[in-house]
Amino acid sequence: MKSVGKIIGVNGNMVTVEVTGTVSMNEVGYILVDDKKLKSEVIRILGNTCQMQVFEMTKGIRIGDSVEFSDELLAVELGPGLLKQVYDGLQNPLPELAEAAGFFLERGIYLKALDREVEWDFTPIAKVGDSVEKADTLGSVPEGPFVHQIMVPFNYLKKYSVKSIKEAGKYKVDDVIAVLEDEKGNTFDVKMYFEWPVKRAIDCYSERLKPTKPMVTKVRLVDTFLPVALGGTYCIPGPFGAGKTVLQQVTSKNAEVDIVIVAACGERAGEVVETLKEFPELIDPKTGNSLMERTVIICNTSSMPVASREASVYTAVTIAEYYRQMGLNVLLLADSTSRWAQAMREMSGRLEEIPGEEAFPAYLESVIAGFYERAGIVRLKDGREGSVTIGGTVSPAGGNFEEPVTQATLKVVGAFHGLSRERSDARKYPAIDPMDSWSKYPSVLNVDAVNYARKILFRGGEIEAMMKVVGEEGTALSDFTIYLKSDFLDAVYLQQNSFDPVDAAVIVDRQKHIFAYILEIMGAEFSFEDKDEARIFFNALRQAFIDYNGVEWKTDEFYKREKAMLETLNEKKVGLDSTAAELLKVGV
Amino acid sequence: MRKVYSKIESISGNVISVKATDVQYGELARVSTTYGDTLAEVIKLDGDLVSMQVFAGGRGISTGDEVRFLGNPMRVSFSENLQGRIFDGSGKPRDNGPELTENLITIGGPSVNPAKRIIPRNMIRTGIPMIDLFNTLVESQKLPIFSVSGEPYNQLLSRIAMQAEVDLIILGGMGLKYDDYLFFKEELENGGAMSRTIMFVHTASDPVVESLMVPDISLAVAEKFALQGKKVLVLLTDMTNFADAMKEIAITQEQVPSNRGYPGDLYSQLASRYEKAVDFEGSGSITILGVTTMPGDDVTHPVPDNTGYITEGQYYLKNGRIEPFGSLSRLKQQVNDKTRDDHRAIMDGMIKLYAAYKSSVEKKSMGFNMSQWDEKLLKYGKQFEKGMMDLSVNIPLEKALDLGWEILASCFEKDETGLKTDLINQYWPEGK
Repeated sequence: MKSVGKIIGVNGNMVTVEVTGTVSMNEVGYILVDDKKLKSEVIRILGNTCQMQVFEMTKGIRIGDSVEFSDELLAVELGPGLLKQVYDGLQNPLPELAEAAGFFLERGIYLKALDREVEWDFTPIAKVGDSVEKADTLGSVPEGPFVHQIMVPFNYLKKYSVKSIKEAGKYKVDDVIAVLEDEKGNTFDVKMYFEWPVKRAIDCYSERLKPTKPMVTKVRLVDTFLPVALGGTYCIPGPFGAGKTVLQQVTSKNAEVDIVIVAACGERAGEVVETLKEFPELIDPKTGNSLMERTVIICNTSSMPVASREASVYTAVTIAEYYRQMGLNVLLLADSTSRWAQAMREMSGRLEEIPGEEAFPAYLESVIAGFYERAGIVRLKDGREGSVTIGGTVSPAGGNFEEPVTQATLKVVGAFHGLSRERSDARKYPAIDPMDSWSKYPSVLNVDAVNYARKILFRGGEIEAMMKVVGEEGTALSDFTIYLKSDFLDAVYLQQNSFDPVDAAVIVDRQKHIFAYILEIMGAEFSFEDKDEARIFFNALRQAFIDYNGVEWKTDEFYKREKAMLETLNEKKVGLDSTAAELLKVGV
Repeated sequence: MRKVYSKIESISGNVISVKATDVQYGELARVSTTYGDTLAEVIKLDGDLVSMQVFAGGRGISTGDEVRFLGNPMRVSFSENLQGRIFDGSGKPRDNGPELTENLITIGGPSVNPAKRIIPRNMIRTGIPMIDLFNTLVESQKLPIFSVSGEPYNQLLSRIAMQAEVDLIILGGMGLKYDDYLFFKEELENGGAMSRTIMFVHTASDPVVESLMVPDISLAVAEKFALQGKKVLVLLTDMTNFADAMKEIAITQEQVPSNRGYPGDLYSQLASRYEKAVDFEGSGSITILGVTTMPGDDVTHPVPDNTGYITEGQYYLKNGRIEPFGSLSRLKQQVNDKTRDDHRAIMDGMIKLYAAYKSSVEKKSMGFNMSQWDEKLLKYGKQFEKGMMDLSVNIPLEKALDLGWEILASCFEKDETGLKTDLINQYWPEGK
């Protein structure tokens, strides 16, 4: 029996409702205003009244307006047709919404997340009489480059036997493709899609594994120095303008995963639209098809209602977990989790909860932890592996990493890519600070070689700081050379031009190839007369290396530039440090 | 006939409450006081208790004053007749022109479906190298000018307005000093731009609630013109005053304050205004330039901080110059690949060297000997500041790019610039 209610208070996007019947926490209800239904979620219950956050603007609501409860939690539809979609935080398909409503997001219009008219080419896998349980495969349909498995809905908690299953053929998502029977003889119609409440993690796997395989991003600084693992988590905090969004966009295009889910929560529409319009045009190097075929975009811009912003990351992670159940590697990029946390703060304020640090709610940490913990690499019941990797940006005020959202995030992620204002001011992109950042995951390169280079980078930083006190003339030539080496490493390896078609994405093989030269240069002994000569040499070497970075891998031009770079190097190189020589022998 | 309520239950600051039924959230009411009529907007419903913020403020309102609900939210008249006119924050004429009442449109409407947006693609030329070359302004962009009191931000705003190639300018003033209001009026009149300008101005001495209406009125009108195919430039000054007005009202309402006393929904409130910037597919566009003064030059202050995360970059105005550090146009890459093929390289290359110049200046001020490299950077920095950063420089982009190469060539060897050899071969000035 679904409950009903009456509005007794309105304050911003929160309403107070007097309820007849039972109501559950996070249940969805609809407020009837004029001829529209406004979607809302129960966020507090007190006796026979409850408070609901409205996912829409609340203008025009009156005391006494009716509320219809749905008896369901906020849920998303899972089934074939999710890929290529652009949804808002509540899984409304935005392009279809534009067809229905025009330029503006008129409230009260909700469309089905999955197209009901598309016919899918179904191939049964389970047979009549088979014993099945949740997440077992009943059949499959092709979806873009993937085999989309039609599974027993995850909320089917018992054992069932397959009573009937459709033959191979074309079906719509609403068609019943199988009938299951439980031990008591009750039958259940299974369609190609089902609903799942977004705030509950999907855990139909046999075990969670330790993330150790690298997730290649083709960003040198990340893959080599601050790697991310499949099924791992990482965060990118940084002040505005330091390049978080560009870094996310580059990763979404180039990361070596099956599926990318981009969740824009509270982002600028101008930037989201770039992804929206650009992705269908871009070609996925793996499949030769549009990049959009392996992408889902959850798009909740900053001006969309706060409650739907709060829901958007859950919608995204639920879809990610669903595809993980098919044995795929999914990357979820959330931009920005601070805006999501702010949405929580806003709702908490409306509920007049006692505020915690910086007015964030006291449960901020556990909610953030709960979200990131939904990542993971898992072994499915049939032995295959699938993963959800989560990369979230954080936007702390003024780039101050001490604030609660950054700190709560740092506690639960496996890698930290902190962007610095100084680096972005100096146009050093990606502006990830190599000193402050860290990763607990293994590099794609030999760890000793990476550490050798890292030491020079650190030492160079120390010398630079020292030079600020004692001046260049007070610095020994040998120290000055180390400083120039670290500056060189920064300029030609850590920095990467995201607008250069070649330099924007560097495959691991090429990273290994050029890192060997980097290592050689880091370990080289030089004969310089004085500092000016050293500087002139490194300027020339940097120039040669930048030109080398900008040419296509393994072309004639590539080898030509490589030769030119080596000639420049050998003009002044007189020896090689024994540790570097040893590392080069082993290979990077 | 709508009911008249003649018993005001409470008056607290600008917020009054009456007991009434059948009232809509966001509805307007007319309050008749001994000092004249004023509008009020419903901001909270709690059973039969209706709270409203009174546009003219709470001062002088008596518990016996009459409240009449109008049955509609705040609206503004929209027609061609708006052009060349000046209004206050509640839409009343500020000039001596007639009141406009035809074709009323609701303000604060829903946002544009991102799927209906097009990627911004047209550069707005301003003749200011720090903008055109280094941080190009793009049609449909939303950009604040971050500054502090005392800086010539309104002068910069009006200069951009005068030189920018747009069809219509809408100026929204919030808490504007009367002198500044007159400055804008004079500038736009003298520059011959008043006929394509509409002003909604709330001055510092007007009731604070009216300040809240200014962005919504300005943007609602801008939106209608944009949908008719016009390129509209909306100038908002000063958004910090707008946020402060919001804070004042939230606190009187006894809302739980968030950061530094601002209401918890500051971000959402600012976003719903700035996100009105748009390029409509097959129609016109809205570009928003706002001023955000930073109390104590503190960019972590909630207003500039939240603004920075909503807008597509910002121009930092400091010591009368647009600073290369901190200034950013996020949309510049949408247009600067179509200008000239050296644009991006010069844009980044010159700033990298300017950053190096800054550290040489620091070393020099600490009394260290200058190396040959430092001397080169010092020479470069001075030329850069004079040729590019000075706000009086007014040259087209192409001239600015040529000037960039001139400056580089007069200070450095080719391989000291960090630019690609191919570009250097193409653009390095003859004989250098």
